[in-house]
Amino acid sequence: MTVDEAGAGTEVLAAGSATPVLEARNVKKAYRTDDGLKVAVEDITFTVAPGEFVCVVGPSGAGKTTLLRCLSGLMPATSGETYFEGKLIERVPDRLSVVFQDYSRSLFPWSKVAANVELPLKVRKVPKAQRTERVQEMLTAVGLGGAGKQYPWQLSGGMQQRVAIARALAFRPDLLLMDEPFASVDAQTRFELEDMILRVRDEFGVTVVLVTHDIDEAVYLADRIVVLSQAPSTVKEIVPVSLPRPRSQTDTRNDPEFARLRTRILQMVTGH
Amino acid sequence: MTRAGRLAVTLLLGIWLPIALIASWWVSSADSFDPYFPSLQIILTRLTDLWIWTGVTTDLLPSLGHLALGYLFAAVVGIGVGALLWRLPPLATALHPVMYFLYVLPSPALLPAVMLLFGLGTAMKVWIIFFTAVWPILLNTVDGMRATDTVKLELARSMNLSTFQTLVRVVIPSASPQIFAGLRTGLQFGIILMVVSEFAAATSGIGYFILYAQQTFRITDMWTGIIVLGVVGSILNFLFLRLERRVLRWHYRARTALNLV
Repeated sequence: MTVDEAGAGTEVLAAGSATPVLEARNVKKAYRTDDGLKVAVEDITFTVAPGEFVCVVGPSGAGKTTLLRCLSGLMPATSGETYFEGKLIERVPDRLSVVFQDYSRSLFPWSKVAANVELPLKVRKVPKAQRTERVQEMLTAVGLGGAGKQYPWQLSGGMQQRVAIARALAFRPDLLLMDEPFASVDAQTRFELEDMILRVRDEFGVTVVLVTHDIDEAVYLADRIVVLSQAPSTVKEIVPVSLPRPRSQTDTRNDPEFARLRTRILQMVTGH
Repeated sequence: MTRAGRLAVTLLLGIWLPIALIASWWVSSADSFDPYFPSLQIILTRLTDLWIWTGVTTDLLPSLGHLALGYLFAAVVGIGVGALLWRLPPLATALHPVMYFLYVLPSPALLPAVMLLFGLGTAMKVWIIFFTAVWPILLNTVDGMRATDTVKLELARSMNLSTFQTLVRVVIPSASPQIFAGLRTGLQFGIILMVVSEFAAATSGIGYFILYAQQTFRITDMWTGIIVLGVVGSILNFLFLRLERRVLRWHYRARTALNLV
């Protein structure tokens, strides 16, 4: 990456009033494969302000998951940088939490639901009494107040993802990074989970970045949508969503603005 | 059918054949005058005289002591070194052929050499039990830990778990079904070597008792030793399975739950 590009990134930072929670500057990720170097993510730059809900959408195979792993610090970018609250990310920051797509694999089957949610608090050495209280509070917030004593595999898929979200929020992170969190549940459950995440986001004031291939979902949830191109992906456009809040599955989805936005983004994603 | 009813049927299905076999042994040997195959009644009477409780303290307990020491040592070393090799995959790859070679090598073949190194006493027996039991435990631990789900490891990294925390909270629980498979094989190997090491050189112990009885033509005594050994082996395996069922309860229940869906 050149000095000029770095300079351009600094301008973006200076333009905002507050320090962005997350900032990606010219993030590029290439893999070495048997067929040579494969570029998954070409050049991604965007910022996320405190309290914002940003969705990243793109066609299948646009390197969305790769991008999220670079943004979270799980994986180093080939070039470019990401900053969390103004600091360069080298590993996963303490105040950042990741929710993975595959809830059946991200929860520990050997621990009960409460113990799963408690783990990040234990790691942070929160005292026992406070942990127990917090776990119950988080489970109640995601609508699973009575499930603490069950095992994850005794719950439905949607409920398991609620547990994963409760765990991610348990230590009150500043930023929640979610990788297609609702992709593996049925449509009805997906609507419930979308409303749940909007509710807990308001309740805990957390900033959210959610990666999805579902354009309707992105429009329904987001304050702004980062639209990616086909791989090797670049940012096609960043679309602000002015739909009123609180959003509702019936009213928001019937809003003419909703239809306009989804058509526009669909055209960008499919390339027409 | 009720739960209790199904349990009773399972129990009956499992128990009728052993009972039938013992009964037919009892009946067919009842008027035996063959010195090599005395009647079961005579064997059992002799067993009570010999083993309750003199034989238990003089012969059985020393053998079980060797087994316990060698086996516990093997479990600690097997799981400990397994964890180390999980952290150092290149070392694991380099050592794998050697570990596998030592695993498949029939360890009784090593007994003469072990006797030269450790003498004929306790050290030799504990050592050969350890050396036989450690390989299945170690190999299964390494395999199980290597198979840890990448999503769970990534989650551990996203939560900034230390290496030790990742090991204790993610890798060991996730490998525990396979670690237990290794521990079970290790226990069976250990019991075998407990007896074989006493065949090779001993002045007490249950293996020694069986061999010495046969060599001094106390054939009835020999049979009592074999029966005691069978019973003790069964009890040890039963206790092990109980422990495994308890520790891996989540595993068996999750498997059943997923099959039902």
